[in-house]
Amino acid sequence: MQPLLLMDSRHMSLVIDRLCHQLIENHDRFGQSAIIGLQPRGIYLAQRLVSHLGALLPDTAIRHGILDITFFRDDFRRTSKPLLARDTQINFSVEGLNIILVDDVLYTGRSIRAGMEALLEFGRPNSVELMVFIDRRFSRQLPIEPNYTGQSVDSYNNQKVRVLWKEQDGADKVVLLTGEGAA
Amino acid sequence: MNGLSTPHLLGIRDLTREDIELIFSQADHFKQVINQPIKRVPSLRDITIANLFFENSTRTRLSFELAEKRLSADVINFSASTSSVKKGETLVDTVNNILAMKVDMTVMRHASPGAASFLASRVNSVIVNAGDGTHEHPTQALLDAYSIREQLGSIRGKKVAIVGDIRHSRVALSNIWCLKKLGAEVVLCGPTTLIPKHIESLGVRVSHDLRETLAWCDVANMLRIQLERQEVEVPYFPGLREYSSLFGLDRRLLESLSRKIVIMHPGPINRGVEISSDVADHSQSIILQQVENGVAVRMAVIYLLAQGIKRT
Repeated sequence: MQPLLLMDSRHMSLVIDRLCHQLIENHDRFGQSAIIGLQPRGIYLAQRLVSHLGALLPDTAIRHGILDITFFRDDFRRTSKPLLARDTQINFSVEGLNIILVDDVLYTGRSIRAGMEALLEFGRPNSVELMVFIDRRFSRQLPIEPNYTGQSVDSYNNQKVRVLWKEQDGADKVVLLTGEGAA
Repeated sequence: MNGLSTPHLLGIRDLTREDIELIFSQADHFKQVINQPIKRVPSLRDITIANLFFENSTRTRLSFELAEKRLSADVINFSASTSSVKKGETLVDTVNNILAMKVDMTVMRHASPGAASFLASRVNSVIVNAGDGTHEHPTQALLDAYSIREQLGSIRGKKVAIVGDIRHSRVALSNIWCLKKLGAEVVLCGPTTLIPKHIESLGVRVSHDLRETLAWCDVANMLRIQLERQEVEVPYFPGLREYSSLFGLDRRLLESLSRKIVIMHPGPINRGVEISSDVADHSQSIILQQVENGVAVRMAVIYLLAQGIKRT
């Protein structure tokens, strides 16, 4: 089945702009805050946020990093594919900071649980918030909810939501995959 | 990307270049983990690992144990000197008794070449060879190559000299396999009696001139004279003093070279024999980095092999 377009490039830009303003509302000039993108695909949204916030808040350096959750996943030895780690780059202490964890799609909540555990290896933050670009509602397996949502999507478990980024995938769009495309 | 092509780590000979590069890429991440405030990840919390050391070891056993603990595995240790092996129990019986205690992975050092392979074919456990006689010591070769990669950026095209007692060294054989698979040029240097005949068939060159070898190489891996494996009537060389004067590396020789080379040693060091104290502690020596990298590389090996352990 053809992928169903949920968001185009223009729509995504509007959403990123709105998310940045929501962050500024809560974190002011990010003096005690940091944005951390989750590997593998939350890092693109995190980078877009940092870049757009840089335009909105000139002369403000925003702490940001990327975090790999591989070693904290709860499906080790439960998947046919090996779990291989990716880069983590957090060049600051998270101790006492207000952390905004960023991911592209929130589905079961298991990645976010692993992300929070991985984050705590770097210290004890003052608070942790969650921002996701897409929230697949009614599919949670753990009690985890986002603080900031780009868009909520209702979908079946056999479907998949893909957030595509120009720098990685050639175009900005969000699509809903059904059937073989979702496998 | 797939996992390792082998369910055990018996020797470097069995690994593909892709396997080695996968181990290195994961070791990069584990090196980051062991330098974090909390140096532990929970991946192997439902795995039990037995460290069976039928031969003496300090560094390797501690390094494996630390790697296992950093991965949150449960660890049991066994050394031959305090075991029923002394009472006549066979290797397979000993290991099967340990595995009956629900052990998932076995790290073994043994004096007999091929012991790890023998065990892998007879017991139901993932086997990691921590040194089998004069045969292989795969994790040492991996950490050596990883350390070279870290220092020089890559292995391909680099010139590596392995100096010393090649004949009795499992480190040398594993290093040769590993470095050749990764595209390095390798020269072995030592007395004629300590270099096996026909070793050139592995794609290496042989030299008996240390100065010439050091002038050629980017990296010199100085091996220990393994006196414990040289219990023969006719000694392999007249004496340690003569060996040291011909094949020992001291500061004067090191600093007389026209360029800076990297000095490695797998330990334990016999200071004043294969390497002088001031060379061991020299800024060009990466001996302690090798030890640190050993933990990260062993974490990577154990992590990757553990993915193949079936859940019960």
